[in-house]
Amino acid sequence: MNLAIRDIRHSVGRFVLTTIGVGMLLMVVMGMGGIYRGLVDDALVVTRGVGADLWVVQRDTRGPFAEVSRLPRSMVDRVATVPGVRDAREFVFHTIQRTHRGKPLRMGVLGLGWPADTGEGLPLIAGRPLGKNHFEMIADETLGLALGERLRLGKEDYEVVGITRWMVTSGGDGIAAFTSRDAQAIQFDEPGESVRLEREARRGRAGEIDFGRTQPGVLELATGVSGAIAALPGPAISAVIARLSPGVEPDAVRRAFSGWGDVTVYTAAQQEELLLKGSVDRARRQILLFRVLLTIISAVIMALIIYTLTLDKLHPIALLKLIGAPNRTIVGLILQQSLIMGAIAYGVGYVIGLRVFPTFPRRVLVTGDDLLRLAGIVMLISVLASLLGIWKAMRVAPNEAIG
Amino acid sequence: MAEPLALETSGLTKVYGSGHTEVIAMRDASMRVRRGEVVALLGPSGAGKSTFLLCVGLINAPTRGRVTIGGRLMQDGSRSLGDLRRFRREHIGFVFQKSNLIPFLSAVENVQVVGELIGKSSSVAKRRAMELLDALGVGRRALNMPTQLSGGEQQRVTVARALANQPSLILADEPTAALDSVRGRQVMELFRDVAHRHGTGIIVVTHDHRALDVFDTIYEMEDGVLKPATPATTPPQRTATH
Ligand SMILES: Nc1ncnc2c1ncn2[C@@H]1O[C@H](COP(=O)(O)OP(=O)(O)O)[C@@H](O)[C@H]1O
Ligand SMILES: [Mg+2]
Repeated sequence: MNLAIRDIRHSVGRFVLTTIGVGMLLMVVMGMGGIYRGLVDDALVVTRGVGADLWVVQRDTRGPFAEVSRLPRSMVDRVATVPGVRDAREFVFHTIQRTHRGKPLRMGVLGLGWPADTGEGLPLIAGRPLGKNHFEMIADETLGLALGERLRLGKEDYEVVGITRWMVTSGGDGIAAFTSRDAQAIQFDEPGESVRLEREARRGRAGEIDFGRTQPGVLELATGVSGAIAALPGPAISAVIARLSPGVEPDAVRRAFSGWGDVTVYTAAQQEELLLKGSVDRARRQILLFRVLLTIISAVIMALIIYTLTLDKLHPIALLKLIGAPNRTIVGLILQQSLIMGAIAYGVGYVIGLRVFPTFPRRVLVTGDDLLRLAGIVMLISVLASLLGIWKAMRVAPNEAIG
Repeated sequence: MAEPLALETSGLTKVYGSGHTEVIAMRDASMRVRRGEVVALLGPSGAGKSTFLLCVGLINAPTRGRVTIGGRLMQDGSRSLGDLRRFRREHIGFVFQKSNLIPFLSAVENVQVVGELIGKSSSVAKRRAMELLDALGVGRRALNMPTQLSGGEQQRVTVARALANQPSLILADEPTAALDSVRGRQVMELFRDVAHRHGTGIIVVTHDHRALDVFDTIYEMEDGVLKPATPATTPPQRTATH
């Protein structure tokens, strides 16, 4: 005969209500862990998606995900000549905010090194990778764009050909992938007026120098498109990503870049490390701390519940002692109730979480490992929570059952 | 060799409190109960009867004196010898004035739990519990919770529980207070049958003078002093039944 279960059955309503309460607390603990995992996973989805072995970025910057990094497009060809590099591609990444259907639309613009990279490494859930070098895009579902929809960015319309899931910036904005040329066109889109003013200014500057005055062609050139002027750099790319030949050590190749004064090179592992240490680190630590706090709060609340449940049973406990029940029986009664409450609360938290988490604006990624770990923690909490009640029960004298 | 006594106490004294709040609830109480002997303990309220039972039942330690149960010295002054709780569950049965049932167990479970505590299997303990409830006339209420039982029914379940571990000593503190005189007498007769059949020593604190013929021996207590009853205070002994 199990005394713990008999007692629970006797006051089942109260037990169920308190257990649901604890369960919801545990759901929040679970959710916090899931938000944390989601954050980390989101941060890595793009870096992993592009499949780079090495990241070549502007010297002393931490890469395109952490800060602005600018490299000349010619860097792609320089990187490609390094021994051990199988191929090199440009990588463009920046964030823009536009208005779409009357609502602000923030998105990360990812430039893929077309034609080597069409985006098949990205987490597509519908549609296809990029099929031509212009005017197509792959959008994350969080952007709310439909397959086949056209979006005007700068001077061009882009058609959504693919939809991804969980491809977001560390800020949680959806990412859209374009060819790197398109990505740059979007980034450096300048209004006509500003282009005209820039050309006028250029012409003015050229007119003030001897070279400009003596060579009329120069003035002509200054008022033309900037791409035709050899002295002006082309639009910058954010990074160059390199894939290595099979069997080559990434670190060995990285060292080959040590003599290059204009770039810093990271291996894929270092890039992930930078991402986690950099942009999401604070958020991550904050969530972690919050989670620890919530876990402690759950333990305290459970201890108080078990304690009051025990207070209500002091008379029967004294009676059990009087008729000779060993401490084992009494400890078992309280400890089992605590464990049963913990187990049911965990199940309640899980089931509610399963329904609630998908409606969150950012990803809540609850992994099997985390669930298992939390189950262990809940068990530990249950044991600790019962200690206060057990302590009280041990101090009850058998003669308190009479009188 | 003489069989050990069911109970022997010598010089049991209990002092509650100290200084000017000191109460000597019991002084030098000595009693011998043979196996199979049924003892009545009479006395006015506050005489120290409950104090005596609690010391004998190894629930409260006496200030002085010894308690020997079934030949085993269990209490020497305030010093306990051995695992008292274990001894209680194996050898002593209790019935108190206010019914003392575990509220979250049904009638049969309240009795069954005692059997399980001494290591009987759940099914054996349950069968024995049912037999006892039947014998006490509450078999039909076996599945009811204590709050669903009348005071008398609760008390009979308590008596069944006291018998469940087949104790060598049963201590009952006004067990029939909640029963009508017919039921009260039935319980007293049940005690006597159990005592005579199993050799159990039984001490019953009672105010019911009509049932005194059931008892083998009668003690009186007043102002903490225990002594055998004088014929003047007790009605003629059980001539009718023997
Ligand atoms: N826990 C206690 N603390 C102090 N005094 C007590 C305590 N229990 C009983 N007494 C006193 O001891 C005396 C005997 O009490 P009790 O044994 O309950 O008498 P009875 O059961 O014969 O009515 C009474 O004067 C009572 O007030
Ligand atoms: Mg009393």
